[in-house]
Formats: sequence, C-alpha cells, structure tokens
Amino acid sequence: MEAENLKVNQVIEKHHREKKELIAILQDIQAEYNYLPQESLKLVAKSLRVPLIDIIGLATFYRAFSLKRRGKHLVTACLGTACHVRGAPMILDEFKRKLNIQVGETTKDNLFTLETVNCLGACALGPIAVIDNNYFGQMKIRKVDKLIKKFSSDKRSRSE
Amino acid sequence: MKEKIKIKKLEKIRSEISRERKINKTCITICGGTGCHAYGCIKVAQTFVDEIKKQNLQEIAEVRTTGCHGFCERGPIVVIQPDGIFYQRIQLKDIKEVISETIINKKIIERLLYIDLKTEEKIIYENQVPFYKKQKRIIFGNNGFIDPTEIKDYLAVNGYSALASVLESMTPQEVIEEIKKSGLRGRGGAGFHTGLKWEITSKSPGEIKYIVCNCDEGDPGAYMDRSLLEGNPHSVIEGMIIGAYAIGAKEGFIYVRDEYPLAVENITIAIEQAREYNLLGKNILGTNFSFDIFISKGAGAFVSGEESALLACIEGKIGIPKQRPPYPAQRGLWGKPTNINNVETWANVPIIINKGASWYSQIGTKGSKGTKIFSLVGKINNTGLVEVPMGMTLREIIFDIGGGIPGEREFKAVQTGGPSGGCIPKEMIDLPIDYESLTQAGSMMGSGGMIVMDENTCMVDVAKYFLNFLRDESCGKCLSCREGTQRMWEIVTDISEGKGKKGDIELLEALAEATRDASMCGLGQTAANPVLSTIRYFRDEFEIHIKEKKCPAGVCINLIHYSISKEFCTGCMACLKVCPQNAISGELKELHVIDQTKCIKCGACFETCKFDAIKIE
Repeated sequence: MEAENLKVNQVIEKHHREKKELIAILQDIQAEYNYLPQESLKLVAKSLRVPLIDIIGLATFYRAFSLKRRGKHLVTACLGTACHVRGAPMILDEFKRKLNIQVGETTKDNLFTLETVNCLGACALGPIAVIDNNYFGQMKIRKVDKLIKKFSSDKRSRSE
Repeated sequence: MKEKIKIKKLEKIRSEISRERKINKTCITICGGTGCHAYGCIKVAQTFVDEIKKQNLQEIAEVRTTGCHGFCERGPIVVIQPDGIFYQRIQLKDIKEVISETIINKKIIERLLYIDLKTEEKIIYENQVPFYKKQKRIIFGNNGFIDPTEIKDYLAVNGYSALASVLESMTPQEVIEEIKKSGLRGRGGAGFHTGLKWEITSKSPGEIKYIVCNCDEGDPGAYMDRSLLEGNPHSVIEGMIIGAYAIGAKEGFIYVRDEYPLAVENITIAIEQAREYNLLGKNILGTNFSFDIFISKGAGAFVSGEESALLACIEGKIGIPKQRPPYPAQRGLWGKPTNINNVETWANVPIIINKGASWYSQIGTKGSKGTKIFSLVGKINNTGLVEVPMGMTLREIIFDIGGGIPGEREFKAVQTGGPSGGCIPKEMIDLPIDYESLTQAGSMMGSGGMIVMDENTCMVDVAKYFLNFLRDESCGKCLSCREGTQRMWEIVTDISEGKGKKGDIELLEALAEATRDASMCGLGQTAANPVLSTIRYFRDEFEIHIKEKKCPAGVCINLIHYSISKEFCTGCMACLKVCPQNAISGELKELHVIDQTKCIKCGACFETCKFDAIKIE
C-alpha cells in the first residue's frame, strides 16, 4: 500500500494539486492501474480537498473511467454507426456468448473484460474489435472464438 | 533553439528548407493515420527505412510517415513523390520490389495500382484516382505531404506564413473583418458565423479572454477532426494563434477526446515545436503579442462536445451543459469571455488569410462558403475522408467519389449529422449539401459524418441505434431528454421485436417533439431528428414492423429466421461446422436443414456460406 500511495502522490504532485487537473489526475491513475482503486480516490480527495462524492461523481460520469478492476485482456467492440450497419451488434453478441459475460463485466478467471466504444474512427475496417490495443478489422462472427483462444493462451499482460 | 525567431528569420528558415527540399530526391510517403495504423503502416514504414539503409539508398530516397491521406479503404497507402505514384494495400512482402522497381528502375508495379471500379482501368497517379479527382482538398490536402511531428514539413508548405503576415500587417479588427467577409461558418455542427463569434468575444468586456479548440468529435462515424489534428496539427495551431490575436486571448485550450491517443501525441509534439520556434509563448515572432496553448484530455462523454459542457470539462468538473445565455463569448472558462471553434474551423483560418476572403468566398454556395470534410463510411465502396466544396450533391459524393454501394446492392439512405442528424432517402440523392439544405431535409451538417446505408439496413433498427446512443449519453439534467429518449427507445425496441401497437408512430412523433421543445441543450433539442426523419421518409417500414411483424431488411432478430435454400445449397457442410448450437443437420453433398428450435440467430452460417444458400426471412 505504501508503494501505491507513493505512485498516486507522484501523480497528484505532477499536476500541482490543482482541482482543475482532477480529470487528468484520474486519467493518470487509471493508466497506472487500469482502473481507479478506491484507496487512490480517497487519497486524491484528501490531497486536493475535494469531497470524495465529487470524485466518484466524475469517475462515474465519464465513460473512460472504471471503478472495477479489469481483466488481463481488454476486449472493446466498436459500436459506431458505420460498424453498426456492418453488423457490429452480432459480433458483440458473439463475444458475450463466448466469454459468458455482459458488457462491462470481467470473466471469472479474470482474463477478459468486455467493453464497447462509440466510435474509433477507423470505419473502413468495420466492424472492429480491439483487444489490448490490437485492432481486428472486418470482424466475422466465426473469428471471435479464435481470437479469444489466441489471447487466452497469451501469457503477456496487456501493459507489456 | 536559443535565438528568439522573428518574422524575417522565419522566412529565412523557410527558404532554406525549400532549397534543401528541391534537390531531386524521391520521397516515399506512407499514410500514418489511425486507419492505416490499424492496417499495420508502422511496420511498412519501418521496413522501408531499414531496406533503404541496407541498400545504401539514402542519397536518392527518403521515407516519410505522413498524416492521413483520407482513402482509408485502401490502406496501407504509399505515395511516391514528387510524381505522386499511388500504391495501395501495400504489404511487407511488396517493399523490396517497390524499392528495386519503382525507386531504382523508375518502373510502375501494376499489381499495386488502384483499379477504377467503373472502367476497370489501372490508375498510376494519386490525383487521377476517382476518389480524389472530384475533391477540393484545400484544408486536408497537405496531410499527405507532411510528417505531423516535424514542423519543418509544415513550414515547407508555406506554414505559419499567414500568421507572419497577420502579425506584420493586420490589426485584430482587420483579421475579424476578413474572416467575416470569407463567410466561414462553424464546422462543428451548428454553423454559426465564425467572424461574428470572434467579434462578440473580442468586444466582451474583460482583460482575460480564452479560446478553445473543440476536438471532442463524439459523433460516431465522423473522424475528420482527428485526422486533421493528427495529420496536420500545425495548421490548427496556426489558426488558433491568429484567432487569439484577433480576439485578444492570451491562453488557448485544445480539448481532445480520450479515444484519440495519436492525435494527443502529435498535437503535444507540435505545440512544443511551435514554442521552440517562438510561435507560441511570450512575444511571438518578436512582436508584443503573447499566447500559449494547453491540452485538455476528455474522458469519454458525448454531451461534453456541447460548448458549455466542454468548458466544465476543461475546468475539471462534470461535463454537464449549462443554461445559455450567458454564452461562452460572454462568460466562458472560469467566467471569462471564451471563443470556441471546432478543429476544422480553426484549420480554415490560415487558408483564408493567405488566399484572401474573396478567393475563399467564391467556393461553395450562397449561404455556405468554402469546403467541408466528410467522413464517408458504412455501406460504401470507398470508405474515407473526402473534402468537397459546399453544394456538391449527394450523388456526386456517394457515387463518383465514394464509388457507390458494394455488391451491387441498392442505395437506401444516408445518415448525416451524427445522433443529432437524420436520414436522407435515395429520392433526395440530388440534394446539394450545405447547412440549409440539410436542415430543410430534417437532418443537419453536424461535424460531417455520412453513413451510407443500403437495402440491407433497417431504418427501425437505425432509429433504435441512435435512441440507445442518446439515452445512454443524455446527462439526465432535463427530464424531457432523460425520459424522452428512454421512452422513445423502449417504443422503438418494442416495434423491432414485433411488439409494436397501433398508435406507436404517432406517440413517437409527439414524444420527439416534446423532447425537442423542452430540453436545454443541443443533445436533447436534436434528439428528435433520428426518429422524425426515419418516420418521415420510411414510415411504411415502421408500419410493416408493427402490422405485419416483419423486418423487410432482415435485421431485427426477433422478426426473422434463417433457412437454407434447396436451390443453392451444395451440401458443403461449412455452415454445419460453424453453427455454435448444432442446429444445422445434413450429410455431405446433401441439402442441409436448420432446426428452428435450436437456432439462436447468431448469423454465423449466413456469414460463412459461399453460395448464398442461407436465406433470411
């Protein structure tokens, strides 16, 4: 915990303890942990003298923040309009079935978290799925299972 | 750079760069936009660099990773300058051949050329490709020539010359007059006159003023702002500096969406370089004018693109819209007068100054001047970013530039303006595109997304899609928007599931109007558009869903079932193998059958069958 406090404190100092930097602080913490640990939010609240409720408010308002720990691999299905008309919902459904989770959930073995995004602006490749920053364009329903298997056996974590 | 660069010195640096560049050297440009990134352009560029080094060709050729070329469909794109030889879908295995044949032997490799979809002719040069031919790329055109992380590339294409002439010979009021005269209107959606906005902010009382560049670009299917910020960041910075000079601002903010990491990276580098060159900071180019730009990263909320909400985000607060007036021009960031323009609007400014307002105002229509960048996506052959003069017809954009609809299917509609816009049917294909005509058609310009739909797109499903988006993104402040979008979504969902009732359409219309009339910000006020425009032009499709419980386009899962056609099934067993439910039975070379009680309608068989034997009914 000591070491983690130190990291969070470094982030807060980097942004000069300024309240207007609150979103940037949360972004940096999330970049470190892949989610916003509760302890870190308490620390931010104390250092910036902002009520914890306001920080939770921010963290739940913006889509990019997660209060729950995410799995080892992050699967993101693009649901932009261009992907939608090219069949993105069916790809998402297949991910839900194969991973046996809903959007925003993590598999029991902590391997995969499934999320959606409103548009990645790579519409020529639609429908797109992104796994740990790797883009998979022109997705097919039958490719879903293969991708999951490939990443299940992948020993690396997504930060590597 | 220790010496503080002044105007004359900048011009000297520019002429030095042009002299260096004139040496007859081949330049292999590789599109480095996000689309091409996803295709693997980084590896392509690196392989070119390595190969040139290995063969010791640095004297005759250089490699440059540039901004987005716009033709995302054909990535990774490689254009060989100065001739403009256009190679598409380049793979790693092609690179050695490009170097030995085209760079050394000056020969064209035919198989890498683009083939015209209509004439089946092979096309050698970039400017001859039909996708580019009809475009007028005054804003976007430089993307393909410059490495966005290299300020010298921007200087080489006359970059920052508009700023130099403004600082040297124009008063702030003259700049505002020039922009007003040009007729430039905001490219972010609403189309407010830019010069007028600047004037209001400049005349608002107060010493401290701010300007903001809005790159929240939340409309799904629109990515031109990202491509500009990512591909030509200095043009946006130059526009902002000129704007700050005209308005009297000392600080500016660029608000970028969190989902655009490459844009954030490139604009960060560009700002640092501009500071080094004395283009940002104190006493810009040796004048009395000081100004600097800071980046503020969004965290993913569509409503934050609304200007009052965006300002709240920059202040580190929850991005919920506020009642206007007071407008940001009167009371914006931290209560000070603030001028907000979108990325593309800012990028227009240097062009107007350099070429003059009268040149600029000749392009476009009576009420809408200049060009507009659209992202042409969806069911279209040539997906990509296109820049055309205002007033071009939908037909020209979709069929001449976009190359029409894939697979000989029929064009059905085009959706413009994102979740605030609407669907324009095929009957209106000759509509000239400008702010007014789109609004009259029940849609809007928005940021410039154009999602093309074909006969296999269900309009009820499209309405459901946007309502789901809006109910999710509604901040919840106004009851009319919070409950209105939710209730409309529930009704349309019922219709799509075969639970529609008589009177649903009328109820939707009433709800849509109430949501529009009673909501405070743009999100709620325009939430009616996707519903009203689809009902207006495709009412019969809604009625078929309600009365006959059928989905003519074969999209709404509850209203369709899959079956196998006797005529086309070859008994190849491909569908049988992919079916996750084991719902398909049959022997090799015999007709297969789907057990409807087991089928979950996942679509895997439909996608797999090569003989069009799977039918949707």
